[in-house]
Amino acid sequence: MAKDGLGLETELTLALPGGGGDPSGSMEKKEKKRVFSEFSSDETTMTANKNEVVGWPPVCSYRRKNSFSMEEGTKMYVKVSMDGAPFLRKIDLSTREGYSCLLMDLEKLFGCYGIGEEDSSEYVPIYEDKDGDWMLVGDVPWQMFSRSCKRLRIMKRLDAKGIGLHAKDFHKGISIEA
Amino acid sequence: MINYFPEEVLWHVFSFLTSHPDRNAASLVCKSWYNVERFSRGKVFIGNCYAISPERMISRFPRVRSLTLKGKPHFADFNLIPQDWGGNVYPWIVAMAKGSTNLEELRLKRMVVSDESLELLAKSFPNFKSLVLVSCEGFTTDGLAAIASNCRFLRELDLQENEVEDRRGQWLSCFPDSCTSLSSLNFACLKGEVNVAALERLVARCRNLKSLRLNHAVPPDALQKILAQAPQLVDLGADSFVHDPESETYNKLKNVMQKCSSIRSLSGFLDVNARCLPSIYPICINLTSLNLSYAPGIYSKELVKLIHKCKKLQRLWILDTIGDKGLGVVASTCKELQELRVFPSDLHVVGNVAVTEEGLVAISAGCPNLNSLLYFCQQMTNAALITVAKNCPNFIRFRLCTLNPTIPDAVTMQPLDEGFGAIVQSCKGLKRLSVSGLLTDQVFLYIGMYAEQLEMLSIAFAGDSDKGMLYVLNGCKKLKKLEIRDSPFGNMALLADTGKYETMRSLWMSSCGVTFGGCKTLAEKMPRLNVEIINEGDEMEGRPDDRQKVEKMYLYRTLVGPRKDAPDFVWTL
Repeated sequence: MAKDGLGLETELTLALPGGGGDPSGSMEKKEKKRVFSEFSSDETTMTANKNEVVGWPPVCSYRRKNSFSMEEGTKMYVKVSMDGAPFLRKIDLSTREGYSCLLMDLEKLFGCYGIGEEDSSEYVPIYEDKDGDWMLVGDVPWQMFSRSCKRLRIMKRLDAKGIGLHAKDFHKGISIEA
Repeated sequence: MINYFPEEVLWHVFSFLTSHPDRNAASLVCKSWYNVERFSRGKVFIGNCYAISPERMISRFPRVRSLTLKGKPHFADFNLIPQDWGGNVYPWIVAMAKGSTNLEELRLKRMVVSDESLELLAKSFPNFKSLVLVSCEGFTTDGLAAIASNCRFLRELDLQENEVEDRRGQWLSCFPDSCTSLSSLNFACLKGEVNVAALERLVARCRNLKSLRLNHAVPPDALQKILAQAPQLVDLGADSFVHDPESETYNKLKNVMQKCSSIRSLSGFLDVNARCLPSIYPICINLTSLNLSYAPGIYSKELVKLIHKCKKLQRLWILDTIGDKGLGVVASTCKELQELRVFPSDLHVVGNVAVTEEGLVAISAGCPNLNSLLYFCQQMTNAALITVAKNCPNFIRFRLCTLNPTIPDAVTMQPLDEGFGAIVQSCKGLKRLSVSGLLTDQVFLYIGMYAEQLEMLSIAFAGDSDKGMLYVLNGCKKLKKLEIRDSPFGNMALLADTGKYETMRSLWMSSCGVTFGGCKTLAEKMPRLNVEIINEGDEMEGRPDDRQKVEKMYLYRTLVGPRKDAPDFVWTL
């Protein structure tokens, strides 16, 4: 029967991730690998290297696409440039919770403070969106921003003068009067 | 005696028959009852759109006002079915338009809906009131604009988890000023911008609006203004919530929430700062339904504080980041809980230990009214399932999903047969069951023996031999839908009782042991079944060998023979 091909003999016990005090933990890990690699030779639906099964766990595709924290492995690295800095950095938007987190991390990356703060900062954060337009960071909800942001730029406020931007404290609220 | 009842009496009696099984039964009694019933049936439910043709449906039920249709098989949700498989609603709308059906309500699940369909729908049925689309695809906001513009008496536009292409149009603005009849508007699944001013005006003039679910493009200060106009709301969905607890928007929102004393159901929160949750505390005490399953940004502590206030909760959808401890809080707070769904936040098997059997046991001990469960967990034990079965004998729906599909009992390393056996034995009203974990044929013996009311069963990576599937087919007399993947069931099981499949709606088998030969034999024997094989890739060049295993098979009973819209990759044998 298909039993052998699918490797579902009950002698194979699959250890819990991280082990469960099982003395033959390492052997079971090898066996676990064997199960999945057998799959990859028989079934085109499984990818052995990622230990992933198509359609498992059975979460509907809408939920997979729309639950933000389920986008494991889809890192959202974007380039960040700062006016005057000799090189760019990269930051992963998928691991940030929101704007305040992002701005704090940007400050740490470039060693300057108060990015986006109204009076105290000489810098304004902007980003390039999917349409290629440069937008002020903070106008739209975080999710929408992180999905459409292609790259970030920390611009000198002097360069933005005359456009009439008054960005309130980014750490607290998201209200921009343009 | 019954033959002498005048038709008017039968009409009157049948008007009290609301459930489809009851009406179906009544129509089988005699010709006279059949005729009275068919002319009096207003709500038609078709669980598989390919089981019957639109024309035949209309000719049998000429007075249909409400139609519910389901298209793709359930496993389509998990990417097991390629695009363009079928399930198009257009032929149904065309037929009803031609037949001058007085359609008022259309409810679709897993169907393909084009803009053309929506436009035809909007223009063909002057009394159209209610459109509910669940897990559908194929339409854009242009189609929605057609509905908004033309359906003068629209009461309900409910879009749940659909894939909608956003054309950045102004579909919301298409509701004319004369539209004041909306009672339910749900566009949470739309990705794009909406005209917020038009939305505010729409809400203001629809005094009967009870259910409103917004997408994340509606900013928090608009939310606050909308709520101020609609304190009568019973159900609210808000994806974009306020971020700053010190902002004026937050204060306004807090104040307006206090006036929304009718809200019983809350969802959304895709984008929430947990520090702003206190703004909804005033309505928590009245909440019966809470869906936080799309809200990853709420951490345990805030979540627990929130749950503490929701003492009347009957339905809770949550992420597994709540943890076993959090479920303990639910168990001690939400004594009236009936439905619980715990979704995975991390799709990798080797992740944080999210929820385990402990959380489930706690819930079962604290919430005796629990009757519906969907539980994604890291691990499970037989002992826990046995306890749950004892504590909660009222399960109607029980779906357990271990993140590792073949994981054994975490303590004894045994299969989980005994645990699920206890569930089916104790829960005599069980209608839907999904099993997972390491399972042998034994669990199917139990299911066949005890699950007398079971209508839908989902099996994955389970069983040892054909016997498993046979236990189920022979035992579960009320089985309607059986879906199986990656399990060692083959031709012997498939062909043992071919007549059984005419008593069921459908059978799905993928990555099992059935072969082309087996499927062909079945198709030849049972002309009133469509046996469809889905072939992907190039292994299907020319005529396949009878001994070759079938990757995906979907069979269903039908009165209208093979479907004419099957794509190239679907073979009807």
